[in-house]
Amino acid sequence: MPAGRYLYFPGCSLRATGVAYEESLRALFERLQLRLEELADWNCCGATSYMAIDEGAAFLLSARNLSLARQQDERCDLVAPCSACYLVLRKTQDYAVRYPEIRRRLDQSLASASLTPLDSVKVRHPLEVIYNDVGLEEVRSRVVNRWRGGRLACYYGCQVVRPYEEVDRPHNPRRMDELLEAVGVPTVEFALKTKCCGGSLTGTIPEVGLRLNYILLKEAARKGAEAIVTLCPLCQFNLDAYQDQIGRQSGEPLDMPVLYFTQVLGWALGAPPEKLGLERSISGRDLIRRWFSVRSPREAYV
Amino acid sequence: MMTMGFGRTLRYQREADPAWADGVRRLPGCEALFRCLQCGTCSGACPLAIYMDFTPRRIVALVREGFHDDALACQTIWLCASCYACAVHCPQQIQITDLMYSLKREAIRRGLYPKRLPIPVLAQEFFRMVERRGRSSEFWLVLRMALRTNPLVLFSMIRTGWQLLRTGRLSLRRERIDRLEQLRRELAAAREAG
Amino acid sequence: MFEERGILPCPPDGASRIGVYVCHCGSNIAAVVDVRAVARYAAKLPGVVVARDYKYLCSDPGQDLLAQDIREHNLNRIVVASCSPHLHEHTFRHAIAAAGLNPYLLQMINIREQVSWVHEDRRRATEKACDLVRAAVRRVRRHKPLENLRVPIHPDVLVVGGGIAGIHAALTLAGAGKRVYLVERQPSIGGHMAMFDKTFPTLDCAACILTPKMSAVKAHPNITLWTLSEVTRVEGYVGNYRVEVTRWPRYIREDLCAGCLECIEACVYKDAKFPDEFNLGLGKRKPIYLPFPQAVPQVPVIDPSTCIQFKTGRCKKTCVQACGERRAIDLEASEKVERIQVGSIIVATGFQAFDPARMPDYGYGLYPNVYTSLEIERLVNSSGPTAGELLLRDGRRPSSVGIIHCVGSRDRKQNRWCSRVCCMYSLKLAHLIRERTGAEVFNFYIDMRTPGKGFEEFYQQLLEEGVHFIRGRVAEVTDWALDPSEEGKLVLRVEDTLLGTVRRIPVDMVVLAVGLEPHRDAEEVRRMFNISCSKEGFFLERHPKLAPVSTFTDGVFLAGCCQGPKDIPDTVAQAGAAAAEALALIDTGYVEQEPNTAYVVEEHCSGCRTCISMCPYSAISMAAQDGQWHAQVNPVLCKGCGTCVATCPSGSIRQNLFEDEEIFEETEGVMAYV
Repeated sequence: MPAGRYLYFPGCSLRATGVAYEESLRALFERLQLRLEELADWNCCGATSYMAIDEGAAFLLSARNLSLARQQDERCDLVAPCSACYLVLRKTQDYAVRYPEIRRRLDQSLASASLTPLDSVKVRHPLEVIYNDVGLEEVRSRVVNRWRGGRLACYYGCQVVRPYEEVDRPHNPRRMDELLEAVGVPTVEFALKTKCCGGSLTGTIPEVGLRLNYILLKEAARKGAEAIVTLCPLCQFNLDAYQDQIGRQSGEPLDMPVLYFTQVLGWALGAPPEKLGLERSISGRDLIRRWFSVRSPREAYV
Repeated sequence: MMTMGFGRTLRYQREADPAWADGVRRLPGCEALFRCLQCGTCSGACPLAIYMDFTPRRIVALVREGFHDDALACQTIWLCASCYACAVHCPQQIQITDLMYSLKREAIRRGLYPKRLPIPVLAQEFFRMVERRGRSSEFWLVLRMALRTNPLVLFSMIRTGWQLLRTGRLSLRRERIDRLEQLRRELAAAREAG
Repeated sequence: MFEERGILPCPPDGASRIGVYVCHCGSNIAAVVDVRAVARYAAKLPGVVVARDYKYLCSDPGQDLLAQDIREHNLNRIVVASCSPHLHEHTFRHAIAAAGLNPYLLQMINIREQVSWVHEDRRRATEKACDLVRAAVRRVRRHKPLENLRVPIHPDVLVVGGGIAGIHAALTLAGAGKRVYLVERQPSIGGHMAMFDKTFPTLDCAACILTPKMSAVKAHPNITLWTLSEVTRVEGYVGNYRVEVTRWPRYIREDLCAGCLECIEACVYKDAKFPDEFNLGLGKRKPIYLPFPQAVPQVPVIDPSTCIQFKTGRCKKTCVQACGERRAIDLEASEKVERIQVGSIIVATGFQAFDPARMPDYGYGLYPNVYTSLEIERLVNSSGPTAGELLLRDGRRPSSVGIIHCVGSRDRKQNRWCSRVCCMYSLKLAHLIRERTGAEVFNFYIDMRTPGKGFEEFYQQLLEEGVHFIRGRVAEVTDWALDPSEEGKLVLRVEDTLLGTVRRIPVDMVVLAVGLEPHRDAEEVRRMFNISCSKEGFFLERHPKLAPVSTFTDGVFLAGCCQGPKDIPDTVAQAGAAAAEALALIDTGYVEQEPNTAYVVEEHCSGCRTCISMCPYSAISMAAQDGQWHAQVNPVLCKGCGTCVATCPSGSIRQNLFEDEEIFEETEGVMAYV
């Protein structure tokens, strides 16, 4: 793999509700001198919905993306920041290996569309790319800004640590915590690091979905965190966008910043705040402005 | 005079379909289903179990015995968020998440869900959108889902929608991939291969 | 006796008088193979004098028939076509030996497992049986008479491991007048049982029932007790084992020490400072210590990794002063190697407890008040680190305790098996905890396994004591609190499958009922004794039902949890069984070995040594005769695998019962119609 160059699979969320993730990811990778080359003509990964309708079609969506990646540059790994995209790509690879019948059908379908047969492109996640390829020491040595903010609770969500453990282990993962601590950010330990936020349930069955997020926010606060830092766009959206509703329903007002780890790391490593999408947060905006010394909204928002 | 509503719960063997159970077991990921010890670790780990009519453990028990009506008509499969906590905790390494997906697929295929239940509707809209354009758009997805299930819910989403709009996170763009034909050919080939 | 043998002569025609017997085996064989036809066919083969079919050849009348025919018809070779030789070859060999014919003039072929049980076509099955009979008839002509080998048995016994299994085996053997070496790795015997408080289901105090046996071991004139010792080398074969035992230095002379323990009192460390192994790190000890109060031998031991004298060379050595004129402390001691000869070995090395750090969901090592069951045994034990008080790490008494069954057991990601004792000991701990503290106790189980004598009654008693029994395997142990009543507690999230609801149960203390697994060095130990391990890693018995204490290596026996998880009564029973089998060997005085061994025709051996490296049993060595080196097979070690026979470039190694001529005749016989 050519050092420092990766193929990049944004996924649909990073172009909409998760746009701050893409902005901060690019800014962070730039500070680390890592190149991201977007996968040309990528298609939606299908997330959990496709698997609920047609298994073959679901695997096929990923198979096409993996095949495109191999065509574009077989030397590069494919980085997928969104947890759902990451899981679906990894699962397709895994099941194609374990179930020859699935592999056969995928290869057949791909051949009929004149794409190269499914091959083993390595699917990565930015968290473990930084942890493994850059390393804690290197990150530590590149700190530019000293953290003046509060204590953060690292929330990993579910699909990035289960069922595949390459990004981090499913029980009490620590890589995000370690990276943040390496740049001087204090973190809190809490038991719900990998408890599911409910995914799309906040939109479909709010009484259930909101409660799941209430639990997460409340426990993080109970353990002394002033903000949550996460790595999945849907988790970030769920925790960020409903705090006033949750506050009203529970009678406990909330205004906690919910940040991407790329935003925090990027800032510590010297990326300019306006490139980190910080103004895109809905909750905790005052704290964010203070911690990241963001200038007035109009200047910051591009 | 207050009355109690008395029902009758009795399961006859003619309701059990072992052939269906065997069919489920043959799906990828569901091979280990019959190993279940009914220990309940899956339900203990599942964050949604407390909202379900049948916990994951009970779904496995129902499927094993072939009671497909219950298994497909339950709330469980729609509440499942695919977080894989059950599969990772299971001491028999049963991929319960894959079982849930297979039940969802069968329920959707056979139309066995309330017409206005948002979750399967969302899945179907998602499916259609990606088939048509190769990409999905959160805004249009939520809009279509709401229109099909309960348009009134859109009012409750106005505030969130506004906040997303002003932070630049509400994209109204309808993206399309270039080689849509290629994708369509693939999907068609996949459907033929069955 | 093997040296005179040359190339086998073929007996001149007419010299063989063969009897062929085809068994019906009830309908097992006769239902598929036309046994009468096979017998008729056999009667026509050259050399066959008698050919019969019979319903059950292995029965007494069947065997009598054989004997009668041998006498009446002067038979000198026998072919039996019936079931597997594994089952009845020895039966028929005995039968013909009783009639005066050498037992190795028999050829037995299998027309059950190899024909009637695997084929359906009657005609072709019968043809196959005829082919096999024909081959056997040709082969058996070449058989020659052979004698069993007798190996004398040394009367001494080595028992490896000083837990309850080793102790009981040693006492049984010593009581029968045999000399026993009992070798134990720890500074004291007693094993895991010495750590328990009470034992189920009678709630007998473990120490009270164990210590008399431990003292008896020390006192018995026939038992040589070596603690802080390990077996480091085993050579030889059944009846003649040469063993090296390495004895690590205790630095205190057992023969001089009076057990007054003043050296410990006098140690320059006024307070105990180092984690105490016997108390699993829950208590502290000094560098000079007695593992536990009832230790046998009652002699302290010095730990060189923490003793100041060993680390710096500059200690006041108050211990030596306190010992005074007895001068029992010897800081210059070094390891010693003892070499002994024994005839049989009993391996009783016990188990290790599953380490729950391998299951991070249960929070062991993460949350301070999560304990293993063994740690709780030490806490409730009156000679433990808290004098029998069940206390949390911060000294408080727990008001609620959760006991989680099946930790590390019945789990595909950890150990697949059920560890057999955990349900019972969890019930016992529930009872003890409730009795001592009055705390609310919850047992979380998948199944309640109480099969032994008094076990189910014990469970019923617990039910009446108000212990909560929740059928559900706990998914996680966390400090996540959803309301004030859960603050500061450990919350167990579990589906109560009987109630049909998910529950959150906050407790002060969590006890993990850890399973039993093989010691981490089981693989090395098994190699040393030349035995096998099962897939799970426990030492492998010869037969799971009928031979649970012997191994595939003659003279080496198993007892206790090293063979598989079991409780104390079963361990003691197994130890007695192992001792009995060893006694049977010793009192017979010899072992007879089947002579299917390889032998070297010395005139043809070039001394190339190829065979030596190939032999898996190290049975071949070089011997010199008239200045020439040639290979020599030890018939006692030889297992008859045939590897050397096949390997020898000059063909000078041959094998009894598998001579080339015998094999060629059989092969040609089978293919006669091809």
